[in-house]
Amino acid sequence: MGWLRVLVFLLLMGGSALAQSPTYGVGRTPTAEEIRALDISVGPTGEELPPGQGSAKQGAEVYKQKGCAACHGATGIGGPAPALKSKAGPDVPIWQRERILPLRSPFATTVWDYLNRGMPVNREGTLTADEVYALTAFLLYINGVIPEDEVLDAESLPKVKMPIGDDYASLPDWKPRTRRLRGYPY
Amino acid sequence: MGSKRLDRRELLKSSAKVAGGLTLGAVAPASAHAQAPAHEHPTMIKGSKELIAYGERSHFVTSVRISHPPGGRPSPDAFGKVFHVAAPLQDSVGVITPSSLFYVATTRGSFMPDIDPTQHTLMIHGLVDRPLTFTMEDLKRLPSVTRLHFIECAGNRHNARHKTVQETHGMTSCAEWTGVLLSTLLKECGVKGTATWFVAEGAEEVKGASSMPVAKAMDDVLVAYGMNGEPLRPQQGFPLRLVIPGFEGIFSTKYVRRIKLVDRYYLNYNDFGHLDQDPKVAALDYQIGPKSVITYPSGEQQLPGRGFYEISGLAWSGGGAIRSVEVSTDGGKKWNRAEFKGTPQRMAHTRFGYQWNWDGNETVIMSRCTDEIGQAQPTREQVAKYWNVPFDRNYRVPGLDNSVQPWRIARDGSVHNGLA
Repeated sequence: MGWLRVLVFLLLMGGSALAQSPTYGVGRTPTAEEIRALDISVGPTGEELPPGQGSAKQGAEVYKQKGCAACHGATGIGGPAPALKSKAGPDVPIWQRERILPLRSPFATTVWDYLNRGMPVNREGTLTADEVYALTAFLLYINGVIPEDEVLDAESLPKVKMPIGDDYASLPDWKPRTRRLRGYPY
Repeated sequence: MGSKRLDRRELLKSSAKVAGGLTLGAVAPASAHAQAPAHEHPTMIKGSKELIAYGERSHFVTSVRISHPPGGRPSPDAFGKVFHVAAPLQDSVGVITPSSLFYVATTRGSFMPDIDPTQHTLMIHGLVDRPLTFTMEDLKRLPSVTRLHFIECAGNRHNARHKTVQETHGMTSCAEWTGVLLSTLLKECGVKGTATWFVAEGAEEVKGASSMPVAKAMDDVLVAYGMNGEPLRPQQGFPLRLVIPGFEGIFSTKYVRRIKLVDRYYLNYNDFGHLDQDPKVAALDYQIGPKSVITYPSGEQQLPGRGFYEISGLAWSGGGAIRSVEVSTDGGKKWNRAEFKGTPQRMAHTRFGYQWNWDGNETVIMSRCTDEIGQAQPTREQVAKYWNVPFDRNYRVPGLDNSVQPWRIARDGSVHNGLA
């Protein structure tokens, strides 16, 4: 019954090959350039960060030039938009200080990513990579996270030690049809 | 009024003549109709090309959305923008929220992208075998699903300052969504084994991005282009949005244009908003718990007097379909099984009713529900007890607030927030 063995083998191979290939053949493959142009996600490892660099001093200039102060206040406090600088000093535990992005984020990449995708309002996406590095450095500097002369780039940015450290919750594995919290009746 | 009726009778007579002339045998019934005793005819709404092309609701129906929260974050804010608007649940019937009354929550105010659907694409890339870009036309070629799902904002918290159910619960709505399952698209792309999260991004100004588990994507996430029988409306993400059944509303990315498969939680801005110190609280910030509320009678409504009322309300859960709803009409001493109006759907508003004879005495009415996986809607006292913290009237339920909402009915039939 060698043919049966062959048939089973072919079915198994065919089955696994099918799972890997498209069913409908709808949609088009984007070019590498298209993906690069659209992919603005920057994750904690910083692998997507573009070349460029900036320091807090340069960032202070960008903050003025780009009109950030109009919404966020001259010093990062006091404008109509969310504050960018914590009023509480570094002696106050991080969870008791204000929930401010450049301060409480666990990764400096979160700050870079948001500036790049979401600022300035109505002119999103117009900042150059150097400007985003510089603004990130400035916001981290005014919150006492990095020194004024530290230069941030694709290498150094993901390594910035944020004050929160690892004092934040990682999320439980989500599974369908399970309670939102094990043992929680509500 | 009188002259209008006369006009109408004249019209009927003349049209009867025309009709008779045309059809020969049909004269008698038509003229009998015209000579029937006069009865009150309503004022007529004049037909127009516009009304024939696109219908309008009656001008007697005035239900509208309101900004949210009342007395909380100012809305419109310092930029003159309205951020969140709440649906008028007190006027709702059935389970579908009309698209024009569906709640809206935005990151940057009431501006929204004006997207030409012929130019819109969804790109899926990252940890996949084959990155793919889909046009709207591509998506409509693929097998579709149509499902009822609610979407609820994490900020849908009721407190003692709220007056109406629109203020307490108006940041939830339910629609019939049509689109392609995200799992269908991901299978086309071939998800690599190392992909554990996906990041979804919309085309609005802030390009909001949220990280979600791939397990959710493969389970029931919809890439929706239809809502309540028509294309999505701009406030709801036209031309394309994600619907993440049962997760807090912010995950249901509007104007979705890109999905990236990644190997870790990406902690982009929307995720930053979910950052918690306590893993238990973090877990409660994801999937919505079982929740219900009585919409009639509810805050600021007026009962005309003692007697029969069908109490009506909505129940929903992020954990699946609603399994049971109970109503108390005596402040929570006795709970009675409510009746479902239609079959409960997974992660959808479910309408319930309870037949009640009000004796005219002051009382408190409320509802509670359980879902298909056995989660039960708690009172605030129960939640405080679980977390072993002292209860007071300002107690804040961790995660999305799914606690019971009491309504107090005064002897004069006026209805008030029972938390006040």
